[in-house]
Amino acid sequence: MTNDLDIFVGNTTLIDEEVYQLWLDGYSVSDAVTLRLRSGILEQTGATVDVLQSDTMDHYRTFHMLERLLHTPSKLIHQLHFQIPPSRQAMLIERYYAFDETFVREVLGKKLSKGTKKDLDDVSAKTGITLKSCRRQFDNFKRVFKVVEEMRGSLVENIQQHFLLSDRLARDYAAIVFFANSRFETGKKKLQFLTFEDFAFCAEQMIQNWTLGAVDSNVDDMDVDLDKEFLQELKELKVLIADKDLLDLHKSLVCTSLRGKISVYNEMEANFKNLSRALVNMASKLTHTKDVRDFFIDLVEKFIEPCKSDKWNLNDVRLFLTQYTTSARSLDAFRHQALWDRYMGTIKSCLLKMYHD
Amino acid sequence: MPGKLKVKIVAGRHLPVMDRASDLTDAFVEVKFGNTTFKTDVCPKSLNPQWNSEWFKFEVDDEDLQDEPLQITVLDHDTYSANDAIGKVYIDIDPLLYSEAATVISGWFPIYDTIHGIRGEINVVVKVDLFNDLNRFRQSSCGVKFFCTTSIPKCYRAVVIHGFVEELVVNEDPEYQWIDRIRTPRASNEARQRLISLMSGELQRKIGLKVLEMRGNAVVGYLQCFDLEGESGLVVRAIGTACTLDKLSNTAFLPACNSPSKEMKEIPFNEDPNPNTHSSGPSTPLKNQTYSFSPSKSYSRQSSSSDTDLSLTPKTGMGSGSAGKEGGPFKALLRQQTQTALEHREFPFFTLTAFPPGFLVHVGGVVSARSVKLLDRIHNPDEPETRDAWWAEIRQEIKSHAKALGCHAVVGYSESTSICEEVCILSASGTAAVLNPRFLQDGTMEGCLEQRLSWQPGFFSIGSEKGEVDFFPQNQDSSSLLGIEETSPPGCGFCHIPYDELNMPFPAHLTYCYNCRKQKVPDVLFTTIDLPAEAMVIGKGCLIQARLCRLKKKAQAEANATSISNLLPFMEYEVHTQLMNKLKLKGMNALFGLRIQITVGENMLMGLASATGVYLTALPMPGGIQIAGKTPNDGTYEQHISHMQKKINDTIAKNKELYEINPPEIPEEIIGSPFPEPRQRSRLLRSQSESSDEVMELDLSHGKKDAFVLEIDDTDAMEDVHSLLTDVPPPPGFYSCNTEIMPGINNWTSDIQMFTSVRVSRLSNINLTNQTLNKNFNDLCENLLKSLYFKLRSMIPCCLCHVNFTVALPEDEIIQVTVTAVAITFDKNQALQTSKVPAEKTLQRASTDNEEQLQFPLELCSDPLVSQPFSPAKEVLENASSHTGIPAAQGAASLDKASPLAEGHLRHRSIPSYTNSTVSVVKMTPLSFIPGAKITKYLGIINMFFIRETTSLREEGGVSGFLHAFIAEVFAMVRAHVAALGGNAVVSYIMKQCVFMENPNKNQAQCLINVSGDAVIVVRESELEMVPGQPSAAVSQSANAGGDVTT
Repeated sequence: MTNDLDIFVGNTTLIDEEVYQLWLDGYSVSDAVTLRLRSGILEQTGATVDVLQSDTMDHYRTFHMLERLLHTPSKLIHQLHFQIPPSRQAMLIERYYAFDETFVREVLGKKLSKGTKKDLDDVSAKTGITLKSCRRQFDNFKRVFKVVEEMRGSLVENIQQHFLLSDRLARDYAAIVFFANSRFETGKKKLQFLTFEDFAFCAEQMIQNWTLGAVDSNVDDMDVDLDKEFLQELKELKVLIADKDLLDLHKSLVCTSLRGKISVYNEMEANFKNLSRALVNMASKLTHTKDVRDFFIDLVEKFIEPCKSDKWNLNDVRLFLTQYTTSARSLDAFRHQALWDRYMGTIKSCLLKMYHD
Repeated sequence: MPGKLKVKIVAGRHLPVMDRASDLTDAFVEVKFGNTTFKTDVCPKSLNPQWNSEWFKFEVDDEDLQDEPLQITVLDHDTYSANDAIGKVYIDIDPLLYSEAATVISGWFPIYDTIHGIRGEINVVVKVDLFNDLNRFRQSSCGVKFFCTTSIPKCYRAVVIHGFVEELVVNEDPEYQWIDRIRTPRASNEARQRLISLMSGELQRKIGLKVLEMRGNAVVGYLQCFDLEGESGLVVRAIGTACTLDKLSNTAFLPACNSPSKEMKEIPFNEDPNPNTHSSGPSTPLKNQTYSFSPSKSYSRQSSSSDTDLSLTPKTGMGSGSAGKEGGPFKALLRQQTQTALEHREFPFFTLTAFPPGFLVHVGGVVSARSVKLLDRIHNPDEPETRDAWWAEIRQEIKSHAKALGCHAVVGYSESTSICEEVCILSASGTAAVLNPRFLQDGTMEGCLEQRLSWQPGFFSIGSEKGEVDFFPQNQDSSSLLGIEETSPPGCGFCHIPYDELNMPFPAHLTYCYNCRKQKVPDVLFTTIDLPAEAMVIGKGCLIQARLCRLKKKAQAEANATSISNLLPFMEYEVHTQLMNKLKLKGMNALFGLRIQITVGENMLMGLASATGVYLTALPMPGGIQIAGKTPNDGTYEQHISHMQKKINDTIAKNKELYEINPPEIPEEIIGSPFPEPRQRSRLLRSQSESSDEVMELDLSHGKKDAFVLEIDDTDAMEDVHSLLTDVPPPPGFYSCNTEIMPGINNWTSDIQMFTSVRVSRLSNINLTNQTLNKNFNDLCENLLKSLYFKLRSMIPCCLCHVNFTVALPEDEIIQVTVTAVAITFDKNQALQTSKVPAEKTLQRASTDNEEQLQFPLELCSDPLVSQPFSPAKEVLENASSHTGIPAAQGAASLDKASPLAEGHLRHRSIPSYTNSTVSVVKMTPLSFIPGAKITKYLGIINMFFIRETTSLREEGGVSGFLHAFIAEVFAMVRAHVAALGGNAVVSYIMKQCVFMENPNKNQAQCLINVSGDAVIVVRESELEMVPGQPSAAVSQSANAGGDVTT
């Protein structure tokens, strides 16, 4: 005897969070049943495999019907079809838009295009995340990107408003959108030690300081694109390395104040000019899209790696960057203090965040 | 022109994309009532149009107002081709026609299309201005209130209960008209939906007229059904109980809220268990289980010849004669009174299942009748006489059965049909009862009031002072004051047999009531009603089902009808035996809410009986089940038998423990109390607990008949015994019943979940024999129950209430089982507490006796978990917890278990916007009440009929996907209508029909669903009592946040 039809419909939509996660993770019904079996649920409840199978099917059907609404969370809130308490709606949305760390590292900074989507099976093979789940996560990124791309106002707030996400998740999405828009390279081997959290932090710093929104809060795209004028102006910083006297003076100021405080004084002294050149050169090149993309590689190659090879610890880096930034202010010949602070403030926080194993 | 209907179309939202090119829709709305249609402007290029129309006004007769639904069609404007329909909304404006219900219908309605389902929503406002109607010959019955609830609705008082009203209307089914061949499925479905809507409006109006004739003002226990007779037509029929209701001023002091369950809790063993002590004199009644079955053999048009049966007179004589003899003058008097009250009624039937206290005097037992009919092919819609005659015949039979049991009335009455091709089984069943005439007389209101008052104090004193010897004199006083009014003790009176002991209509073992020792009671009692509030019960109850299949040869017409008629008595007998065996196996002695459904299919008949078993203290303790083998000499066989016997005994013992059935040992000191025959009584009690050889010395016992003997004389019987033992008890923490409430549980929380579950099973590859069929059917039902327990495990400890199974045989070898029930979580700890505080209990009991309605105890509501717009506090907390961990698995666990409150503090910033959700929560329940809340207003009856069809079954997720979505849509539409009426709950919700047909080869399926219920406004008791805004509520709410499976 086979059950052709087997359904359960509650007036309040019944949602099993465990099954929801399995569904989100892209498991088929039979895989989900196997996984649930392993969790020992049958022993706890005294149910049979049939019951588990039917229960899983029911939930999957429900989720399938809800998925359409989850694409536009505001619809989920206002629809009449499924009665779901708001707390549960929030959970459904939050989980649906949640993503895997390993997955996001694979696509962060990539163009959210059909081409990238086609390569998801490689990502799936590499990360061990099911293709279905990869697709959902990718589609989520893309959907959020499309909606907020052209919008005015704060990126985080826009995402929160349209997708009803928690503050934290909205911030993560802001970072993803920002990275996808500027196409920062994050996938190179040298960058593998960096976590999504590192990048998200950097993105937030850049959004806060380097975009149009940092100066004018009422323009289109204000949080998504970098402030072109600012990037152009950064060329002015070149004077710090081009003018030999200025460079020497800067060095001596830094060295004087760090003597005895920093554990790698000699290495610092020896490397000062290289490091300073690296940081200033990066600034002056940011007008080129290509160099913007390589921003993180440059930070790692030109600053983090040299410091690491000289065994600087995090505190050394912090002392150096602080001193390096403030000393430039006391250079009388250097007249771009505000620009310098806007640039170095972000660079410093990014570097400090990224300086780990 | 006594009415003006005004409609305003406000806006739409989430409309589907109708123009692929622009991804937008140019929507407009047609508003139609009767033959008048209005249109709104086109709102171009928008999926969320704002029409803000003027008021469309329809000037109509109130007759039309009652019959016609308001029909709102949303269309997509197309310049070049025909406009495409997006979908429709039918609004029943009946609730606006009586003054105490809703005054305006306003809200978002799902736009429904029979092919695509819900497609967006539309905001509509509807009002009615009624002018006074001076026409004495009017055809309308505006103002008569309808209730699906099968008890007196909570905020009303029954002044007079007039009795049975019935009506049926017939029509051709549009699906079978010639035009159906040329119209689209959508047009055909819509024609059907509209027709049924019209017919039920008409039916309701006609019933209303009958009620007005009886000088009533309301119909309670209104049950309307459709018979889809195929080619021979469509029958819409309804039954109900006409009443004159009086609205209780619902503010103030109703000490009201008393849990129904509270009052029937176990008697405190440490006390004297009889409030009845005082019941002194004159009562007599008693009687018992009566299962009288009688499929009438009539079929087709020859009915008159074959089934003239039962002339009723002789039996009646017997009934009342006995009364005079046995019960003394009082009983006779009572009987006379009742008789006069009921005499002029053609059918003294009541669709109610719960009654005001004192209404039900004695219960005789279940009476049922079935009749097999051949549907006639030719059909004249203007003459529903054939169908009327069929039902009249069956009702006549029921009436005569009741008389045979010495009863004048039938309560808990219901009717049903099962149709397969041209054969139709009509069934009716109810519980024969003797009623208190007080409520039945068409007296003036004042008179009734007086009577009620004079009678209530008696109850009150009994209740509150029960068990305390000092008060006896007082009690006696009061009862003597009340004179003959006081018939029998409240806790057991209804169990006493109403028929004559010496002249019993069927064999039964009678004993003296174990409660009052005065009157005779049967050994088991079967009824179709809810457990009376005053009933005294030990332990908890449980759902008991008998399931049965019988193969039948395929046949045509009369041959078919004959073979079905021949099978019916055997099925009834077997169902009855199964019920009896299972009841004994549970160690219980009474069934309530019994519902036996016989379903006819092409090649089989199925019987499914559901009831709630309980242990009534008034009835004797059930004996065990004894197995007797046929070949006592065979050693191994003997062993086998004794093995089985042991298993059965073990099961009984286990069940007794599970359901907490531990009949009282009555302490010694009571022996001195003023029982008439203390000696006899104490002996009797001893016999309960001791071994059976002592039974012999008791003159009251029925000796060796103590145990129920099952003879195993062939393999069939063996199977039966096996199947008895295969029923698995629900997992720990779960209870189930098919009545309103569960005896022994009285501390419901407000956490409820109503659900519908459907299973369709194919019997292919099965060797079709009665045994395999039985086994398959049994497994199907058991597995379905198991599945429910699993799904609802997060609600433990929990009780499934009002579990309602229906079986259909849509095709050869296909069984469809549909279950609707409500799961309610209860608080275990509180249960223990209350049972230790007898004083408190007494109090409650008193107040409930006093107050007619079953409502919820105040103390229970200390647990808030409010429904309404879900409280923001809770959301915040949950949100907060949900960002703490992205990867879900652990998050899930912590979300449920951990205190969200703690997490809440971690992050105050929270998600914006969805606090302003426009969707209000609507709870649904098949019960007549919402736990922890009080009904403040009835807004009108909800009676909706939907058809859904698909030609892309696979794409919609197969049959399961299709039906799952459809049922969810039906719930959504019911909720939307209730919300638009201003309500927040549906009580007495029932899915009366769920007809599902599929044709997988054509990738098609169709489903018809009919649901009904009462739209109400409920207010949490906690809100009633406390001033709003107490911080403590927020705290306890958060504690509940994890398990929010609220409905």
